[in-house]
Amino acid sequence: MKWNNYTSLVEKFRNQRVFDGCGISGYINLDKKRDNGEQIIDMLSILSERENGLGAGFAGYGIYPKYKEYYALHLLIDDEDSKENLIRYLGDFGNIIQSEPIPTKIPPNVNNPPITWRIFYEPKHKESISDDAQMVRLIMKLNDTFDGVFVISSGKNMGVFKGNGWSHEIADFYQIKDYKAYMWLAHSRFPTNTPGWWGGAHPFNLLGTSVVHNGEITSYGTNMRYLESFGYKCTLFTDTEVIAYLFDLLIRKQKIPIPITTIALAPPLFTTIENMEQKYQIALKNIRATYRSAMLNGPFSIVVGLNYPKPTLIGLSDRKKLRPLVAAISNDENSVFLSSEEASFKRLKLCEDYNFKRIWHPKSGTAIIAQVGKGLLRDGRESPFEKINLKVEGTIGG
Amino acid sequence: MSLSHNFPSYFHIKVDREICRKCKRCTNHCSYNALSFNGEQIVSDDSKCVSCQRCVAMCPSGAIRIEKNDSYLPPHGNYTQRIRNIIWSQSGNGGVLLSATGNDRPIRSIFDDLLLDACQVTNPSIDPLRETIETKVFFGRKPKKIVFSEDLEDPNNISLKTEFMPNFEIDSPIMIGHMSLGSISYNACMAIYQAAKKLNILAGSGEGGLHQDFYEYGPNIITEIASGRFGVDINYLQNAAGIEIKIGQGAKPGHGGHLPGEKVNSLISQTRMIPKGSDALSPYPHHDIYSIEDLAQLISALKEATRYTVPIGVKIAAVHNSAPIAVGIVRGGADFLTIDGFRGGTGAAPRIIRDHAGIPIELAIAAVDSRLREENLRDEVTLVAGGSIRYSADLIKAIALGADVGMCCMPVLIAMGCRVCQQCFRGLCSWGIATQQEYLVKRLDIDVARNRIINLFHSWNEELKEVLGAMGIDSVESLRSNRDRLRYIGPNPKIADILGVKHAGE
Repeated sequence: MKWNNYTSLVEKFRNQRVFDGCGISGYINLDKKRDNGEQIIDMLSILSERENGLGAGFAGYGIYPKYKEYYALHLLIDDEDSKENLIRYLGDFGNIIQSEPIPTKIPPNVNNPPITWRIFYEPKHKESISDDAQMVRLIMKLNDTFDGVFVISSGKNMGVFKGNGWSHEIADFYQIKDYKAYMWLAHSRFPTNTPGWWGGAHPFNLLGTSVVHNGEITSYGTNMRYLESFGYKCTLFTDTEVIAYLFDLLIRKQKIPIPITTIALAPPLFTTIENMEQKYQIALKNIRATYRSAMLNGPFSIVVGLNYPKPTLIGLSDRKKLRPLVAAISNDENSVFLSSEEASFKRLKLCEDYNFKRIWHPKSGTAIIAQVGKGLLRDGRESPFEKINLKVEGTIGG
Repeated sequence: MSLSHNFPSYFHIKVDREICRKCKRCTNHCSYNALSFNGEQIVSDDSKCVSCQRCVAMCPSGAIRIEKNDSYLPPHGNYTQRIRNIIWSQSGNGGVLLSATGNDRPIRSIFDDLLLDACQVTNPSIDPLRETIETKVFFGRKPKKIVFSEDLEDPNNISLKTEFMPNFEIDSPIMIGHMSLGSISYNACMAIYQAAKKLNILAGSGEGGLHQDFYEYGPNIITEIASGRFGVDINYLQNAAGIEIKIGQGAKPGHGGHLPGEKVNSLISQTRMIPKGSDALSPYPHHDIYSIEDLAQLISALKEATRYTVPIGVKIAAVHNSAPIAVGIVRGGADFLTIDGFRGGTGAAPRIIRDHAGIPIELAIAAVDSRLREENLRDEVTLVAGGSIRYSADLIKAIALGADVGMCCMPVLIAMGCRVCQQCFRGLCSWGIATQQEYLVKRLDIDVARNRIINLFHSWNEELKEVLGAMGIDSVESLRSNRDRLRYIGPNPKIADILGVKHAGE
């Protein structure tokens, strides 16, 4: 493992985006029961054909119940000076509740590890701007302009752990199995064109939204320019960050219901839409027209974790299903699992004696949505508005 | 008799007398009187030839060839023949020179300096013959966001609250630009509108009003309100898919329309509501629009007049300051915005303006798209870009730079038979396109012309799908403003900067 270049991508690679093939996994406990990280490590590390030791990461939701009121900033820091600068800077804009190293177990062959730090933080409350909006602005600024510091996650009661290495190494380094979470996301990488860069590993996170992604977004330029209109700064030189920001924009800022958001990102074909009932046509055509720049194109499968409006796990693949995604539900129907490959579920069966009620393949461009307290809302095999009771109240001009 | 200062002709008509049958067909077809029969043989007057190629096409024995006049002036790299001709012409007639078509100066095309990306390995390309690739576009204003209300108890209860503005669905991101009845013939207009209807794309009416016969094509026509207000009445407003306020035109920024009186016959006079034979010269500015707030008023007046059922837009010429002007126009309520680059066409324009005013459309698209994004207005409007979109490659690059829809005219005229002789303002078009003379107009077969336009845009759309497929994109909206998929190979990195496009190899 090589430990340098973790807060910013080296200069000569800045014009290149990172293209990669990956393994992704995730699961949610619908009763919010917290599990330690052993299962997610098992699910991910069995997908070893999908990684080559150049990056892996985990996101756990529910890991900091003691500080659940505060934004948990997970940071990669180059050196002590940068850390001092950061702490001074953050102090000017809010209260640092707790500032401490993220515990790591440094493998013996490493001589220059990054500083992995976490800060529980509360911005000064303002009338004019919500705490969330303040935090987004702060994180964009830190990641864009603040030298030697990189925020890898910023949600409440959650955190991202990622870096350069094989998935089992990263799990080991961060001691993932010691955290307890009700929702886990995980990712391992097979980058085709990238230097080792810690910040570039997945999951990508903004506030409560985390994304792990397998694939390549061919609409990156369109999505990036759309997001920039709304003040997002795409600084990570990778297509996955646009997915995280799109979920943040649509769900947190614009309050679009989750099933509609997934339709906007991977909409049905017009030939399908035109065979639907009038009100669905109105809705779908306007969703496609309004969010034409948010649509994700190219091969992808993603697993997304949200803690807003309710803790939710989402799985989605592209409209042509050029990347794999498999889903499973536990025998007691309390947990929903997603993975690139069924091998993850088989591994759980073997190692943890886990039994699944059902294992299935979602349809292309169709979301799986599992929400705490609501269960498996959509299993990824429905038509766009199946199960949804849609009312169209606005009138249509023209 | 004084010395003739006539400049040498550009062309030489060569008639092969051995195979000429002396049928005189060429003399009938030459509307510029360059060919005649002297009782013994066909004779030519090279000075009148414009190389429209009608005689060549009509000669049954293939006996005619138009050649470049080799009797050449003493060469000079700075005072080119073009410059000397301009001086001779002006010193002879003392007037402003008229011209037609678009800027003909050999200025480097930026479109030609852009290269497209394609997929390899990590992102599979898509085969458009086997899989769906979508090219539908919504023309009109969109909300910044859609408002839903969600039942917190039952997330499956969703209400859609937004009131949507009118949008027109088109099947390809293509609009046939504004060519008025007057600048082009009735038959040419009919062919264009029929093709637009069949293709379900849009066509512009130009500022010449809308002849009653064209009302049935209204659902595919964007009518134009220009400074002359020619032909504007309630039918004109209400028989349209959208209305465009024409502030400027790429070929002649700062000028209004020019229709020489020679082209104003009774048909044109009726449709434009002006006297026969009178020059139809639109005022340079709209005299009720001296600034942006006046434009906003006209936009809302038109929205009222059409009961908010169609999108109302504004067309400007691409000039140095297009980006902030565009922002003002969008804030002023325009549902779509058309920008027309300095190479855009015209039926008649002062040559000095056509050849020297405005900026390239590529730069204007990039600047306007970026500026609208900075103001977070871009996705609400439809951005139409024209001004020398010559073929599908230009269309594709225009979209990747940031346009929703590409607008073009010349390819349509060329498809119908135009040979680009650039004499449109004379009303003598031997192909029946840019003329109003009955005997010439009849030469343009509406069905043939319509089918050729349909074929042309069908092939553009297929080529667009081929490129999208190669890029691994299955819907044209994901190409829009996707500058990441373009690379620059031209000589001037500053251009790449303005375009927001990386250099090839980066």
